[in-house]
Amino acid sequence: MRRLFQFKGGVVLKEHKKDATALPVQPARLPPRLILPLKQHIGNPAEPVVAEGDKVLKGQLIARAGDAICAPLHASSSGTVIAITDQPVPHASGMSAPCIVIDTDGEERWRPREHHVDNFAELSAQELRGIIHDAGIVGLGGAGFPAAVKLDPGGRPVDTLILNGAECEPYITCDEMLLREHALEVLNGLLMMRHALHAKRCVIGIENNKPKAFRALCEAVRHSDADVEVVEVPTIYPAGSEKQLIQVLTGKEVPSGGLPLDIGIVCHNVGTAYAVYRAVELDQPLISRYVTIAGSVAHARNLEVLIGTPLGDLIEECGGNRDTLHRLIVGGPMMGTAMHSDVVPVVKGTNCVLVESTSHDVPLPSRDAYAMPCIRCGNCADACPANLLPQQMYWYARARDFDKIQDYNLFDCIECGCCDYVCPSQIPLVGYYRYAKSEIWNQEAEKRQADLARERHQFRDFRLEREKKERAERHKKKRSAVTQGGSDDKKAAIQAAMERVRAKKSEQDSTPKNTDNLTPAQQKAINDADQRREEKTATSPPDRPQ
Amino acid sequence: MTLQTPPSPHIHSGIHVSSLMLRVIAALIPAIICYTWFFGWGLIINSAIAMLTALASEALMLKLRKRPLKPFLGDGSAVLSALLLALCIPPLAPWWITVLGVAFALIVGKHLYGGLGYNPFNPAMVGYVMLLISFPLEMTRWMPPFILEQLEIGFIDTLGVIFFNHLPYGLSIDALSSATPLDAMKTDLGQNNTVSEITANNALFGDFAGTGWEWVGTWLLLGGMYLIYKRVISWQIPLAVIGSLFVISAFFFLMDPDTYPSPLFHIFGGATILAAFFIATDPVSASTTPKGRILYGIGIGIIIYVIRAWGSYPDAVAFAVLLMNMAAPTIDYYTQPRVYGHARGKD
Repeated sequence: MRRLFQFKGGVVLKEHKKDATALPVQPARLPPRLILPLKQHIGNPAEPVVAEGDKVLKGQLIARAGDAICAPLHASSSGTVIAITDQPVPHASGMSAPCIVIDTDGEERWRPREHHVDNFAELSAQELRGIIHDAGIVGLGGAGFPAAVKLDPGGRPVDTLILNGAECEPYITCDEMLLREHALEVLNGLLMMRHALHAKRCVIGIENNKPKAFRALCEAVRHSDADVEVVEVPTIYPAGSEKQLIQVLTGKEVPSGGLPLDIGIVCHNVGTAYAVYRAVELDQPLISRYVTIAGSVAHARNLEVLIGTPLGDLIEECGGNRDTLHRLIVGGPMMGTAMHSDVVPVVKGTNCVLVESTSHDVPLPSRDAYAMPCIRCGNCADACPANLLPQQMYWYARARDFDKIQDYNLFDCIECGCCDYVCPSQIPLVGYYRYAKSEIWNQEAEKRQADLARERHQFRDFRLEREKKERAERHKKKRSAVTQGGSDDKKAAIQAAMERVRAKKSEQDSTPKNTDNLTPAQQKAINDADQRREEKTATSPPDRPQ
Repeated sequence: MTLQTPPSPHIHSGIHVSSLMLRVIAALIPAIICYTWFFGWGLIINSAIAMLTALASEALMLKLRKRPLKPFLGDGSAVLSALLLALCIPPLAPWWITVLGVAFALIVGKHLYGGLGYNPFNPAMVGYVMLLISFPLEMTRWMPPFILEQLEIGFIDTLGVIFFNHLPYGLSIDALSSATPLDAMKTDLGQNNTVSEITANNALFGDFAGTGWEWVGTWLLLGGMYLIYKRVISWQIPLAVIGSLFVISAFFFLMDPDTYPSPLFHIFGGATILAAFFIATDPVSASTTPKGRILYGIGIGIIIYVIRAWGSYPDAVAFAVLLMNMAAPTIDYYTQPRVYGHARGKD
């Protein structure tokens, strides 16, 4: 039995998981149109390799990964590419981004199989990562980091590979249903990941409110005789957050600003393991996933949804009314994002679609519109799993004191929403922290730009100075070359010229002057004049200026 | 169809400032009933005057500060401050004492600092200290338990005393009043009596602290426990206040039981329990980090004892709370908890 640890704080939430787990998972209806954003992952967007009008097959590569941190994209179904254009994507800002739009033909024709792997253990870690990368697999827990990158420890030792099946947010049950229905496949995917990482240990963490999923996993482990621990963890939100799950299972903390790999741990979501299994064993790229549809719908349930399916289609399929939508949340009620429209598609990281309509009574009690002042009750600090002081961070976020808020470790906030949930003043705390973070990022970007500009300016000054110096140097060299003489020819020429000048001078000296041939009388007159002048000079008073 | 797009989280526990305040008020009610049982209708009348004054002052200040009335008048904080102050005022104090104290507490102690959430000092204690310093005579006219009952002074008569300073049968207030147990203890100790001599001959001193007061304290303790159980207040501050007062008073009591009263007397006499659970725990003016709350509470416990034992006031709860209110921001700054993923021993 593994000794479990506790993370600090957290909140106990109403689960609301019963409804959507009553029905078995089935494939969602094929939508007439698929919208596939080129960027469904952390990193740069994929680059399209198809053009408008191209026919594509199910599973066919339609956009390739440009650089290291990127994931390729595949057609979720067969059909025709009708546009490669900006479409609304699931983002908090309601922004549009480049997407490949496919009109499906209803035939679901697969591309031919590209590889057969009989025994993944015979593949090298690099080959395995190659398959995973080519299948476009990203973290399915929501963050969407390319899985192949996270499966490459870069030579660093991996002690424990943790598979996250905690699923701590209310309403979301897609991982639970996946484990209940495909425990063996998830387990195989985990073993493939372990092979890629050369991890010593494997642990699957699962919240203790999913006994069926737990039993299914235990059964799968027993059946395949794999050396994998399946551990139930207490149901306290946010037990499914990577950092908190690591703490519960190992007692270790991920260093601030670091990665789990820094403490020899890699953490993946159970859905990712399933996608890895399908890519390696069945040669199926990531073109579908389990999605929970819950809230104001007649039949809350989980569906296997093709990536790119518009949310509106799912809402209709589950008996929801698109005309009376009030709030549409992608993800869970604690960390999910409210959408601006229901035309946005399901992407690789979409685990849940939470519908709230005006006509339907859904227990999503949201905070008051009017926030009272903070009374420093400290409920937020008690609830914070990162052990931050949210009340102080709020104070500095409001004051826009972004230095001070970083002293209070803003960037260790995981935005789990616990503080916000328990705040008696109903302050949208997480909104303030997100605002502060983005302001700081903007300031840093501006500062980088300013630094760059200053650097450029300084370099220009330096260059001008250097050129000036070089010019001066050149002049000096020239001058010294002239005075000291460069070559012997020059010296000789100068010498000759100077000789000539001297000769000419002596010649001039030898020419007769008007005082040369004087008569004695003339000579005497001159001598007398000279004497007079001298006498006059001598007798002149000394104070008189000469 | 316009979709709402607030930031996450999209659910809330439903807890409000007003629900916290109402719970604190509810926790005070048993003690108020007990107090009335021992000391008559005065507290009920004072509480009513205090609450009306509080709501009027709050409304006036909100109007002047151009803040919405409804959320703030309904948050219960003004009513709670009024009740806490009423509990600290002698039950037969004239009405204007209560009005002045509460108005000062809310206008100066709360709204001039920015209103709810911004006051560095506990408003009730600000009002109380102002009264104690400005009107020492009215503020020290306490009564022995059951005196009003013995004299058959009922509700209407009490109203007469509070509003018109009129007592039936030609009695004077001074004839009724007596010192509190803490006050009596202090005065008598000053006359070189031993603790056992003082308590032996005086009906003021009950079974373990002071007749009547010890039971009011017990009910306050139970109310406080309820608040901790309901997580309205945290356990650190009450435990630290009472714990530190217990340790320091036990130390001196064991050294010299003739000069220093027992820890029980210190804890149940006077306003210790009220302070520990209801006043020091006022979140706005208290320390807010877990370690900080303990330091803050210890500070209050020590200051209470120091002033009671060697200062010139018989009780010191208000001074102790205000002094530690001043220290709270500094305490908070130096007691930040270790954040997840940061090395132990460093920040």
